[in-house]
Amino acid sequence: MHIKQKRDAGTPISRRRWLAAAAGLVLGLSAFGSAKAADDTIKVGILHSLSGTMAISETTLKDVMLMLIDEQNKKGGVLGKKLEAVVVDPASNWPLFAEKARELITKDKVSVVFGCWTSVSRKSVLPVFKELDSILFYPVQYEGEESERNVFYTGAAPNQQAIPAVDYLMKEEKVKRWVLEGTDYVYPRTTNKILEAYLKSKGVAPEDIMVNYTPFGFSDWQTEVSKIKTFGSAGKKTAVVSTINGDANVPFYKELGNQGIKATDIPVVAFSVGEEELAGIDTKPLVGHLAAWNYFESINTPENKAFIKEWHAFTKNPKRTTNDPMEAHYIGFNMWVKAVEKAKSFDPDKVIEALPGIKQANLTGGVSEMLPNHHITKPVFIGEIQADGQFNVVSPDDVKKAKLVPGDAWSDYLPGSKDLEADWVKLKCGNYNTVTKKCGGQGS
Amino acid sequence: MPLIRLSRLLFAAAVLALAGFASLPAHAGPFEDAVAQFAEGSFADSEEAVGKLIASGNPRAAQIITALQDQRLYADSDTKLVFIKGADGKITSAATGEAVADLPDNASKVKLNNKLRRTVEAAMAGLTLLSPDLDKRIQAAQQVFKSHEEAMLPTVEAALKAEKNAAAKQAFAEARAAILLFKADAPDPDKLDAIAVMKARGDQEALALLTAMPAQQSAAVNSAIAGAKASIDRSLAMWSMVQNGWYGLSLGSVLLLAAIGLAITFGVMGVINMAHGEMVMLGAYTTFVVQETIRTRYPALFDYSLLIAVPLAFLVAGAIGVLIERTVIRFLYGRPLETLLATWGISLLLQQAVRTIFGANNREVGNPSWMSGAFDIGQITITYNRLWILCFTLAVFAILLAMLRYTALGLEMRAVTQNRRMAASMGIATSRVDALTFGLGSGIAGIAGVALSQIDNVSPNLGQSYIIDSFMVVVFGGVGNLWGTLVGAFSLGIANKFLEPFAGAVLGKIAILVLIILFIQKRPRGLFALKGRAVEA
Repeated sequence: MHIKQKRDAGTPISRRRWLAAAAGLVLGLSAFGSAKAADDTIKVGILHSLSGTMAISETTLKDVMLMLIDEQNKKGGVLGKKLEAVVVDPASNWPLFAEKARELITKDKVSVVFGCWTSVSRKSVLPVFKELDSILFYPVQYEGEESERNVFYTGAAPNQQAIPAVDYLMKEEKVKRWVLEGTDYVYPRTTNKILEAYLKSKGVAPEDIMVNYTPFGFSDWQTEVSKIKTFGSAGKKTAVVSTINGDANVPFYKELGNQGIKATDIPVVAFSVGEEELAGIDTKPLVGHLAAWNYFESINTPENKAFIKEWHAFTKNPKRTTNDPMEAHYIGFNMWVKAVEKAKSFDPDKVIEALPGIKQANLTGGVSEMLPNHHITKPVFIGEIQADGQFNVVSPDDVKKAKLVPGDAWSDYLPGSKDLEADWVKLKCGNYNTVTKKCGGQGS
Repeated sequence: MPLIRLSRLLFAAAVLALAGFASLPAHAGPFEDAVAQFAEGSFADSEEAVGKLIASGNPRAAQIITALQDQRLYADSDTKLVFIKGADGKITSAATGEAVADLPDNASKVKLNNKLRRTVEAAMAGLTLLSPDLDKRIQAAQQVFKSHEEAMLPTVEAALKAEKNAAAKQAFAEARAAILLFKADAPDPDKLDAIAVMKARGDQEALALLTAMPAQQSAAVNSAIAGAKASIDRSLAMWSMVQNGWYGLSLGSVLLLAAIGLAITFGVMGVINMAHGEMVMLGAYTTFVVQETIRTRYPALFDYSLLIAVPLAFLVAGAIGVLIERTVIRFLYGRPLETLLATWGISLLLQQAVRTIFGANNREVGNPSWMSGAFDIGQITITYNRLWILCFTLAVFAILLAMLRYTALGLEMRAVTQNRRMAASMGIATSRVDALTFGLGSGIAGIAGVALSQIDNVSPNLGQSYIIDSFMVVVFGGVGNLWGTLVGAFSLGIANKFLEPFAGAVLGKIAILVLIILFIQKRPRGLFALKGRAVEA
C-alpha cells in the first residue's frame, strides 16, 4: 500500500534531534566497551553476552567476574599488580564473539579471558585463541568431545553431569523407559548420542528410548508433553532426560504442571535448568523434578554461605540467586590466580603450563583440581526442585561425602571418541589416539 | 527389598484403617523410636520410620506423615527430637503433641525424595480409604489404583461395600480391579471382570496396567486382555485426533492473538512493523508490574490481576505505539525498506531498555487460580489457561471487528487506508487517524502480551519469538483482511499440530514454512486477497 504523507515544517528539527540522540547513544555504548587502563594493571577480559537471547544467562556471569576481580584487588591484586576488568558485549551473536575476542586480545591486551556460554560461541572463538595464543576459561556444562591447549573447561563434561544423573534414575527410581528431550542444537544432540549409547550398553531396549528435539525458544509444548504422557503409560517406569535450553524451559514446565504430570509418576531430570531459570516459574507443581549440577545454591557449607553473602552485598540485591556456572567461574578465576603466582608471570604460555595440577577449594566442601586434559574434577549432585525455587540435594545422601569425578574430554561411549585421550602435560595433545598412537586422530 | 517393605507397610495400614485406628491404644516404645528415626537424616531411615509409624497404630501417625508430606516436619539431628510446624506456624513436638516455644537452631526440614514421596502417598491412601471426606476417599482410591498393592484388597473391598457415593464407588471398583489384575492367585472370572472394568475405563492408565500384567495367564484371560487392549487402542487413537484438533485450535488462537495487532499495523496500514513483537512484550511486562503491585499491596486481588492488566497493557503499548508513529514512522510512509530498518532498530532499543530496567532474567507472572489446572473431556485433557486464551482471542477479535465496522474511528480508518486523498478532502485528519490506527494495533499487541505472559517467558526476548509467526499469519491470510488473519492463524495452528506427531516439532515447523512458500507462489496475495481499486494503491 502506498501512502503519501505531507511533511510539516517541524520535521527537520525533530529529525535532527532524533539523530543527535542516536549519536549520543552510539558514543555511550562505545565508551562502555573500551575503557583504557593505567600500565601497572593487568587486564582480564570478560566475554559474555549482555544483550540478545543469551543475556538472560550470561549477564550474571559478567557480574560474578566483576565481583571476583574486585575481591582479588582488595586482597592486593596478583603479583603486586591490580586487576582490571575489560567487559565487551558480543550480543548473543556468534561471529561477533570471535571479533570481540580478537579485540580483547590484540587491542586491550588482556592476559586471560573468561567467557562464552553456548558451545557454538566457544567454537567460534577457538581459532582466535589458538592464533593469538591466549587463555579462555569456559564455565558452562557442555557436550565434551573437545580439548584445546588454550581453553580451560571449568563446567561439567557429560561424565560429570549427564551420566551420573541417568545412573541415579536407574538405581533410585528404577527407571526402565527413557525420553531424551532436547533443543535442536549441538549440546543436546551430542549429549543424547552419548546417553543413548550408554543406556543401550546398560541393556535398555531401543524401543524404550524416545529421542525428541524441538526448535530454540519453543513455546507450544502441548503435543510434546502429551507424547511423553503416552510414552510413559506403557507399564514401565519412565523418566525424561531434558537438555531443553534457555527460554523453552518455562513453557515446558508450565505445560507439565498443567497436564498434571507429577514427579512421582514421570520425573524430569534437567541439565540446563538452574536456580536462575526457576526464578521465572511458579515451582509448586514442579516439586520433585530433578536437576543434575555440580553446585546448588542450597548446599550448606561455610564457603558457599560466604560466597552468597558476598554476592548479595556486591549486587546490592538480597534476592539474586547463585548457580553452577558462577561457581565454575569462581573456581576458574582462583585457579588462574594461583597459576600466575606459581609461574610468577602473566605470560599465557607459562600460565598454561602452570595450570594443570593447580588445586582450588570449590564451594561445596571439596577441592577441585585442574587436570592435564584441561578439565577439572567436580562433585556431582542431584537436586529436587522445591516449592521455593531452590534445589534440595537428594544424591549423594551426605553432601560432604560427595566424590570428585574427573572430567573426561572424550566420551567412552561414542565410537569415534572412546580411543581418544587428551593430555597437555605429557602428550602435549588434545586428541591422542591410543590405538594408532598418533596425535590428531579422530577415532578408529 | 523395598517392595516387600512397602507391601508390609500397606498391609499394616490396611489393618489399621479397617480397625479404625483411633480406637487402638498408643504404645510407648516403637512409636517414639519411629519418630526419632526421622532425625537420622537419610531417606532410607525416613522410609523405615514411616513404616514403623503406621505399624505403631498411634493416632498421631497420620498427622506426622501429613506434616512430612507438606514439608512441615523438622528434626534436630543432635537431640533426635522431631517437631511439627503447623499450618499456622505453631511448633509442636511430633512425639507428644505438646506445644514447643521455638524450633532449635540446628533443626532442619526432614527431606523428601520421589521414592519417599510415593511411600508416603501410598501410606496416606491406606489411612484415608475410609475417611469421611469424599474427595479424600476418591483420591485414596486413585492412589491405590496406581500402586495396586495386593495388601490393600480387603480394605478396598470393605470400602466398596460401605460406599454410597457413585463416583467413589466407581473409583473403588477400579482400584479393586487394578489389584485383581496383578493378584497371582485371583480366579479367572475375577480377572475377566477386572479386565472388563479396565476396558470400560478406557484410558492410558488402564492400558498401561493391562500391558504391565504378568505374562502367565490362562487362554481366556489372555484373549480378554488382547481384546480390551485393542478396544482401548482404537478409542485412544480416535481421541488423539480430537486432541490434535484441540491443540491446533489452541495454537491457532495464540498465533491469532499475536497477529491481530500486526494485521492492523501491517495489514491495514501497510507499515512493516518489526517492533510489533516488542509491543507484545511490553504488554507482558505491564502484567508483571500489575501483579507485583497487587502481590505487595493488595494480595486479595490476585485473581483479578489479569483483568486489571488488560486495559493497562492496552494503554501502555498503545501510547508507545502512538509515540513511535509520531516520532519515526510518519516520516517514512511509502518507504517500506526504511520503515523496516527503523522499526527493527526501535525493537532493539525497546528490548535493551526493558533489559536495563527489569534485568535480563525471566520475570515470574503467576497464573490466577481460574487459569491453573486442567479438566478432562473423554480421554483428552484441556488446560484452563489454553481454553481461556482461546475465548479471550475470539473476544478481542470480535470487539476489534465491531470497532472497525460500527464506530466513527473505524470508519475513518477504513476511509484513510482505502483512499487517503479522498478521505482528506472529506475533512478527515489523516495524520491523526494514522497515529490512532498505529496506536490501536500496538495496544492490541499489548493485550496479546497479557495473555501470552500466562504460557510463555516474560523476558526481553518474548516478542522476537512471535514476530515471524505473526508476519506469516498475516501474509498467509491475506494482507488487509482481518478475516484472513483469523482463518490463516487457525489453519496454520491446526496444520502444525497434525504434522507435529508424525514429523516432530522441528520438521513440522519446516514443513509449514515450505507449504506457505508454495502457497504464496500460487496466490501471492494470501488466502483472502483484497479486490478492487484498493489493491492498486
